Amino acid sequence: MLLREVEYAKPESVAEALELLAANDGARALAGGQTLVNVMKARAASPDMLVDLNGLEELKGIELAGDGTLSIGAMTTYSELMSSAEAKARPILGEVAATIADVQVRNRGTIGGNVCSNDPTNHLPPLMVAVGARMTIVGAGGEREVAAEEFFLGVYLTAVGPGELLTRISIPAGKKDGFAAVTLGAEGTCICNAAASVNGAVRVALGCVDAVPVVLTAESPEEVADAVRAASLMPPSDVHASSEYRIHLAEVLATRAAQEAAGR
Amino acid sequence: MDATVTVNGTTYERDVEPRKLLIHFLRDDLDLTGSHIGCDTGNCGACSVILDGVLVKSCMLLAVQANGANIETVEGLSEDGELTPLQQAFNEHHALQCGYCTPGMLMSATALLRENPSPSEDEIKRGLQGNICRCTGYWNIVEAVKSVAK
Repeated sequence: MLLREVEYAKPESVAEALELLAANDGARALAGGQTLVNVMKARAASPDMLVDLNGLEELKGIELAGDGTLSIGAMTTYSELMSSAEAKARPILGEVAATIADVQVRNRGTIGGNVCSNDPTNHLPPLMVAVGARMTIVGAGGEREVAAEEFFLGVYLTAVGPGELLTRISIPAGKKDGFAAVTLGAEGTCICNAAASVNGAVRVALGCVDAVPVVLTAESPEEVADAVRAASLMPPSDVHASSEYRIHLAEVLATRAAQEAAGR
Repeated sequence: MDATVTVNGTTYERDVEPRKLLIHFLRDDLDLTGSHIGCDTGNCGACSVILDGVLVKSCMLLAVQANGANIETVEGLSEDGELTPLQQAFNEHHALQCGYCTPGMLMSATALLRENPSPSEDEIKRGLQGNICRCTGYWNIVEAVKSVAK
């Protein structure tokens, strides 16, 4: 497929990337490209300039602090997340990354790209919300940190504004997490998914049922289904599932994710 | 834009439009037509190549992104006309029907065997997950890879 004409820039630092994004209204950051290049083929996105973030060391690497907090560079690929010794501080991260698409996509696709595209069917937005991730965003105005719950604003929309970049994701240590999904094919697009984390109470984030992850809390995994019903979800219907069926899946998957989390 | 890319040991310098996908650069500019375009949506894996040691789908990468990179395509697998053991195994196990997916299957299996020379059947299937055979000839493809697993 021949893409629409586009300029290409390969900055050598985050500062240079920010300048390029700020100076060009039609510029888009190019992360792993496993979504963006495809939507450009379909002309669903037609940026005038791609600012390639590949090769920026500042956006790479997974660091483990003394208290177990992980700091993950936005350009960390799914494959790097799966094989990282540090990322084992929060085992669910590598486990979920291993179920995204296929080897080739996992080799290029990035954690930052996944959350910034914020497709409601993506795996990582609900997972980031469930594990209490914090996102570091930089722009001309400096650096700020946003909780995952406030990061996802709408379909394809996040707190990362024009001229800004997500640089790192900070995740506290923990093992009591779960994830459950019904997908198209073994490891395909999610029809509905749920991520859960147990830390005293159960915290569940549901994907595919609204524009942004829906957060619920319950005292125990047994009470999660009631919490889903009380949330009065109104998910969309499509060729894969009716709204009613997605509500049913949300109950089942939230319970499965919570049980998995509580059982670890 | 100028791009310098090494493919199967040969270095090429070309002027490339940024909008050109790597698969088109390989096929149209370098005349390396072994890598196929199956779906053009990143689903089928027929365009899989190994970029700096990493298996990727060349339809989801711009050619300019490969500037300075070392690329391996299906043309580079055999040496001096000798098939690799994996290619030979595809032949012996009739691991292709129409053959359209074969270049991608070979590259994915090559990458898998480098990383894990003794994959289980399940690991082989997961390693080939990104490659679709629309003849559905998966059985013999998996048998071929199994036969060269150590």
